Amino acid sequence: MAESTNGEPRIGVYVCDCGTNIAGKVDVPAVVEFAGSLPHVAVAREYKYMCSDPGQEIIQKDIKEMGIDRVVVAACSPTMHEPTFRKAVQSAGLNQFLFQMANIREHDSWVTEDPVEATEKAKHIIDAAVHRVVFQEPLEAIEVPMNSDVLVVGGGIAGIEAALKMADAGHTVHLVERDPSIGGHMAQFDKTFPTLDCSACILTPKMSAVGKHPNIKLHTYSEVTEVDGYVGNFKVKVNKKARYVDIDKCTGCMLCTEQCVVAKVPNEFNESLDNRRAAYIPFPQAVPLRATIDPERCLQLTRGKCKQTCVEACGPGAIDFEQKDELVELEVGAIIITTGYQTFDNERIARYGYGQLPDVISSLEFERISNASGPTGGEIVCKNGEKPRSVAILHCVGSRDENYNEYCSRVCCMYSLKFSHLIKEHLPETEVYQCYIDMRCFGKGYEEFYKRLMNEGVVFIRGRAAEVTAASKRQAETEGKLLVTVEDTLLGVVRHLPVDMVILSSALQAQPDAKEVAQLFGFGCSSAGFYIERHPKLEPVSTVTDGIFIAGCCQGPKDIPDTVAQAGAAAAGALALVDNRTVKIEPTISYIDPEKCSGCHICVGLCPHNAIVYDAELDAAQVIEAACKGCGVCVSACGSNVPVQRGFTDEQIFAEIEGALA
Amino acid sequence: MSKPKFAMYWAAACGGCEIAVLQIKEKILEVAENFDIVFWPVATDFKYKDVEAMADGEILLTLFNGAVRNSENEYMAHLLRQKSQVLVAFGACAAQGGIPGLANVSTAAEIKELVYIDNPSVQNPDRVFPVERFEVPEGELDLPHLYDTVRALDQVEDVDYYIPGCPPEGPQIWAVLETIIGILKNGGDLPPKGTVLGAGTKTCCDECSRVKKEKKITGFKKPWEVPWDPETCLLEQGIICMGPVTRDGCGGRCTSVGMPCRGCYGPPPGVTDQGAKMLSTLASIIDAESPEKIAEIAATVPDPLGTFYRFGLAKSMLRRAKV
Ligand SMILES: Cc1cc2nc3c(=O)[nH]c(=O)nc-3n(C[C@H](O)[C@H](O)[C@H](O)COP(=O)(O)OP(=O)(O)OC[C@H]3O[C@@H](n4cnc5c(N)ncnc54)[C@H](O)[C@@H]3O)c2cc1C
Repeated sequence: MAESTNGEPRIGVYVCDCGTNIAGKVDVPAVVEFAGSLPHVAVAREYKYMCSDPGQEIIQKDIKEMGIDRVVVAACSPTMHEPTFRKAVQSAGLNQFLFQMANIREHDSWVTEDPVEATEKAKHIIDAAVHRVVFQEPLEAIEVPMNSDVLVVGGGIAGIEAALKMADAGHTVHLVERDPSIGGHMAQFDKTFPTLDCSACILTPKMSAVGKHPNIKLHTYSEVTEVDGYVGNFKVKVNKKARYVDIDKCTGCMLCTEQCVVAKVPNEFNESLDNRRAAYIPFPQAVPLRATIDPERCLQLTRGKCKQTCVEACGPGAIDFEQKDELVELEVGAIIITTGYQTFDNERIARYGYGQLPDVISSLEFERISNASGPTGGEIVCKNGEKPRSVAILHCVGSRDENYNEYCSRVCCMYSLKFSHLIKEHLPETEVYQCYIDMRCFGKGYEEFYKRLMNEGVVFIRGRAAEVTAASKRQAETEGKLLVTVEDTLLGVVRHLPVDMVILSSALQAQPDAKEVAQLFGFGCSSAGFYIERHPKLEPVSTVTDGIFIAGCCQGPKDIPDTVAQAGAAAAGALALVDNRTVKIEPTISYIDPEKCSGCHICVGLCPHNAIVYDAELDAAQVIEAACKGCGVCVSACGSNVPVQRGFTDEQIFAEIEGALA
Repeated sequence: MSKPKFAMYWAAACGGCEIAVLQIKEKILEVAENFDIVFWPVATDFKYKDVEAMADGEILLTLFNGAVRNSENEYMAHLLRQKSQVLVAFGACAAQGGIPGLANVSTAAEIKELVYIDNPSVQNPDRVFPVERFEVPEGELDLPHLYDTVRALDQVEDVDYYIPGCPPEGPQIWAVLETIIGILKNGGDLPPKGTVLGAGTKTCCDECSRVKKEKKITGFKKPWEVPWDPETCLLEQGIICMGPVTRDGCGGRCTSVGMPCRGCYGPPPGVTDQGAKMLSTLASIIDAESPEKIAEIAATVPDPLGTFYRFGLAKSMLRRAKV
């Protein structure tokens, strides 16, 4: 490698066209010329795609032949290609931290309208990077042991699938589920589109496999309350809510349920269409098949007074009213979040009458009444117990609507078709109307399923329903019916459909606590609350936090095949990490010089990762390297600027500011 | 061989620095023995014209105390720089602007208005103000012109060393003088230009005898509002103590008697703006769940500017929009 002659830095600046992404707006040759004129810059070049192999080779060649000892690439966001260029620089023999990325795409060409301004901005961004890179120092990644256990949060089909995959690969998997049983939404369905497999038939074996798997530690009725650490070494606190039942003793015999005196608790598994007891098992296939006592409804727990017939009935003596919440601490190497979705609150669209008109029901309610193990034993009936002679299914309730959710929920067209089929199967004489905006049947076998339904006599009306009202009592032929007003946009007429039942195909939405969960685990969520993947195409199940993955509907509405595919991808991503013995962590962490520290303790209590300890012998605070995440809290809090964040020193940051303002 | 020459000058300051020099007690005799005292208005009868008459660089060592806030201070700063080989900004005012620097939130006119008109103990219905020039039969009298902006010595002239403190501690003053005398006698190199002499390189907390633990502040209090506790870190008691952002060297004298550090030794190495740094530090240890609660706690800070910038306003990043 050619040495620099006088100890002065020799900087190479490489400006990427990114096809037309950058060059379409920024005058790249002018920017290159400008970069070449900056102090210490030995070479400045333009290339069409810097991230391509030939692009990287240009940099490597310059390092080897020209003695370039600091590299600036002006291209896209560092979240995109910083790793690419770091590797390229390192393999040419230069320390990867002597590289700096200047983002002239996301921060500039994509967001600046005027080409002249965009070009000027690119110069400033590059100037900042050049100023900064002068002060950058070689750093070495820190290698720490990898914990091979994994955590899955959310026990719907996504969590079940991911847990089984990783457990089968020989890893200990902790599966944390908020409800008393795993299963998620899929456990509520009777059939699944487009193949019409019986949901229970395909889900139950997986659920019981989870329950029996020697490598899976199931934590139901539990929630994660604290997450600390970093890839390879996460420390997680899980609150196991008191079930008031010793699950080691409980046999799932349901005698406590039968004897429980509190009978009128709305049964959430059946969408509150019927009631359960305060002592309950959510559904017969529940895993674990163990009772839970509802602390908000149990007389003993709310009023301290009950005959305790459940205790009497329980042979093994599993009921324990003294049980307390328990905090379990887990250590894992990787985490997969599969917390799923909730459905839209139909009452928000008052004109559809949900909550007012008894036979306007939600899609999940229909799932339950069409389910053989549901509250009606699979009989599709109205609230008065009679079979509906006509049913309207209203699409896009809360989806594709700027007032609620702009996005398409992706599964409603298909489950609406499924519902039509189930109605036609149970009640062939019943008329079924679908009021849709567009039929979106994009998946494998979906279009075919749609065709099949068209031949089953379902009436498709293209138009979003305007309202649902109770038909006037004065008109004999429609008395007691619901009237659906909809503009049939293909015929250009407004229709009033008299029906006995209206099913609202409600949107899929992020969980109500999605934002808090995202914050807890340290990644972002969209304004709608769906978790943001690291890259929409190339890293759809990774998050910005290394070692934390997402899968299923928590990332966005999707069907079961996509959910399961993502779960597998997330499991593969996690396995690719935890199968290593060690993990390299970024060396851009904090360092405290004991010679300079006064031991005032200000930083000690502040470190969010407990990475700072007070060393009495040195009378100084010290950073535990493996625990430090380089957040910078200690750096800003210290009264005497003693902690130094490597890679973000005052010198580097001030130089960068100076360059940006130059 | 004639002895090296020594000067001391009092600019915009209270005079405490002058007294502080006498805290070296009988050692003052050693100073006199090793130096020729050529200018020290408070102690000896020399006139400005005596200094003006000297050759450039004739004085070896000048200890300049006080900030620069009027034309006379500024004239003397330039003059003493010209005549001295080593110019030391002595004390908090010369080093950082000191307490006079707090005047930088007002103008000279506002200050005069307060002193000569709005002062409750002043009766001045005719609005009589001092004038800068006044004719008397013997000739013209003049007063220095008061500036709007108070400056530290190094904002006016090139400074070789700084001895911080309000005032600098006697033993520290002696240590500096002793070193210089030693170098004069036995040879050796002076410290690099810009060095802070007579102080440490850590913070006041390093010297403070109190026990330090993790800090979480739920409200600020004044020293008399808390029960006497000679053990616990004052900051942990909710008393704003500038110790964490103040250079050590004083020996932790204030905190040892239950008074919070006021910050007179200036920022520690690596910190440019002592007040801003204290804000950053305090903000980090306020213990509150909501922005409202934070605002509530922050509102209990007594006199924020005077607390955080008691000595450092002139040299801080807070400047007049137009000077
Ligand atoms: C009416 C309806 C019918 C549908 N029919 C079909 C169909 O026929 N075919 C098809 O392919 N798709 C269908 N879908 C889509 C299908 O429901 C989803 O694709 C699938 O359920 C997504 O699984 P999931 O694991 O991501 O989420 P979920 O099923 O929602 O599971 C999430 C799990 O995580 C738990 N959880 C949430 N937050 C936490 C937390 N903080 N801590 C711990 N646990 C938590 C929940 O309790 C739940 O058990 C239908 C959807 C609806 C609304």
